[in-house]
Amino acid sequence: MKKTVLAKKLPVFRAAALSAALLLAMTAFTGCSGGDTEGPEWKKQPAAEKTGVTLNVYNWGEYIDDEDYQVNEAFTHLTGIEVNYKTFDNNESMYALLSSGAADYDVIFPSDYMVGKMIAEDRLAKLNFDNIPNFQYIDDQFKNPVYDPDNAYSVPYTWGTVGIFYNTDMVDEADLQQDWDILWNEKYKGQILMFDNPRDAFGIALKKLGLSMNSENPDDWQAAYQELVRQKPQVQAYVMDQIFDKMANNEAALAPYYSGDGIVMMDENEKIDYFVPEEGTNRFVDAMCVLKNSPHQAEAEQYINFLCSTAVAKANAEYIGYSTPQTEARKDLDPEVGENPNFYPPESVLAKTEVFMTLPDSINELQDELWRQLKK
Amino acid sequence: MMKSRSAAAPFGIWMTLFTIVPLGIVVWYAFTDKSGAFTFDNIRAIGDYAGTFLSSVAMGAIATVICLVLAYPLAFSISRASERAQQTMVMIIMLPMWMNFLLRTYAWMSLLENNGFINQLLGLIGLGPVNMINTSGAVVLGMVYNFLPFMVLPLYSVMVKIDVRVIEAAQDLGANSLQVLRRVLLPLSVPGIVTGITMVFVPAVSTFVISKLLGGGKQMMIGDFIEMFFLGNAPNYNVGAALSLVLMILILICMGIMNLVDKDDEDGGGLMV
Repeated sequence: MKKTVLAKKLPVFRAAALSAALLLAMTAFTGCSGGDTEGPEWKKQPAAEKTGVTLNVYNWGEYIDDEDYQVNEAFTHLTGIEVNYKTFDNNESMYALLSSGAADYDVIFPSDYMVGKMIAEDRLAKLNFDNIPNFQYIDDQFKNPVYDPDNAYSVPYTWGTVGIFYNTDMVDEADLQQDWDILWNEKYKGQILMFDNPRDAFGIALKKLGLSMNSENPDDWQAAYQELVRQKPQVQAYVMDQIFDKMANNEAALAPYYSGDGIVMMDENEKIDYFVPEEGTNRFVDAMCVLKNSPHQAEAEQYINFLCSTAVAKANAEYIGYSTPQTEARKDLDPEVGENPNFYPPESVLAKTEVFMTLPDSINELQDELWRQLKK
Repeated sequence: MMKSRSAAAPFGIWMTLFTIVPLGIVVWYAFTDKSGAFTFDNIRAIGDYAGTFLSSVAMGAIATVICLVLAYPLAFSISRASERAQQTMVMIIMLPMWMNFLLRTYAWMSLLENNGFINQLLGLIGLGPVNMINTSGAVVLGMVYNFLPFMVLPLYSVMVKIDVRVIEAAQDLGANSLQVLRRVLLPLSVPGIVTGITMVFVPAVSTFVISKLLGGGKQMMIGDFIEMFFLGNAPNYNVGAALSLVLMILILICMGIMNLVDKDDEDGGGLMV
């Protein structure tokens, strides 16, 4: 959902260096097995003839495997369709650009609630699923989601949950029983990091109160605001990507964040652990959609289908670190990830999660206003 | 005359397209509501942010003064060095600017943390840890670090033109160092001071990245709120534009006061600062 360029790059480089070293070691052991070291499978196939079509793709930063598998190059190689790939760093800026009409994209990757908003505004094309046969591999629990009830406009790309990352040296294991309340615990005053965006921050406060993250009742939001005001003295800083550095260097004890970023964080600091509060949490889905005015809808669907193929979905899941809804790809993942309850929580946890829904304008305005009050 | 005018045409087009027209759009948004009807509501809404405006201007001003105090003697000593040394020193001043602004600020975040490099050094000599990160002091430090070259360079370029014989003449006439500074150097370097202050103060007051990274999202500047209005869940360009407009006017007023001082100085040769 929120992919970081600064914080992510370093571990990625390290991982790339490591895998290069591993590859070298492997060839040393196996002698001249050839083939394997020449890069991904697709390079062995002949290049398709150029179609002259260029797809404009707009995705989150660091949200596709462009190093090991080189997904976009693979797609062009196999289909002859060029890909003009650009990235954004949050849903709101992506939406602002698209709604200003300043850019024409074919394939975009909005999050759940943004999909709902764009469907309501008639900005998305109805997908022809005959062109997306790999949709069959998508886990049933991600089909017909609340933000796209008939599953007509979107195909899930990645997903994850919001939970709490904590430093095992600084947090008493017993306090984890407090669930979300631990982020209000005065014992950890000055050691708590909090989301620097209203939707995630209010979502936690609402869940803490046992309310829905998608509440349309202004009183609920006022109550959540009071909780956030009460929490503020305990908060060391409101952060997004900075969380990686701060948690890696033991600057803070507790920080709610996206599960998919755990792989990076735990790699950096072995004292970091993760749990999902039992009161329930947000489950987010980043989906693939085609814009209504796209002149290349069939090619766009071909691209989405390609990203849903097992090899590509697996490569992306490994590179990005977020959970994949593609069932076959998950089976192929390293069991330490694919069977890890932090990244693929059991049904009991998932049952209590909520997906963000599009909120009415009045609630969004109230939310923004309260958030500014909080930060003043 | 005609020649110089046509040579300036590309810049004129540039200015119109990327400064005048956008300014007009800001003004238009600031005085309309979502439906496009004329209103003063956006300007009224700004009252809520008076405190933030004040603290932003105060922090920007403090950073500017620190930059001036640091840069003035530095620029002077560079301007008096040999030509070779001047080139080297100017290059060293510019060197950090070869690296991305965001990265430099990110690096300061790591340096100032409670377990950061500075506190570890302090720990070695038995001091600290001192809480530096997420304070307004850290934000001001970030501004000083990032904008210091913008103060040094204009000061240097003015001072390098001051004839050493002018200073010697003052000394021959019995002026002590303080009098040389007050009566000779300061008046002659006023244009550099004014440019330097403008180039530091304006970006410092309106910054939002520095406050976000070094202030921990708790030391909010007006730039942070402007960003929130544009990229919120319910974007409100109108109030955001009104905030920007007021910020611009505030900066213009500050610059106007500076220019008055500048003018006075030319007339009377009085003391600046």
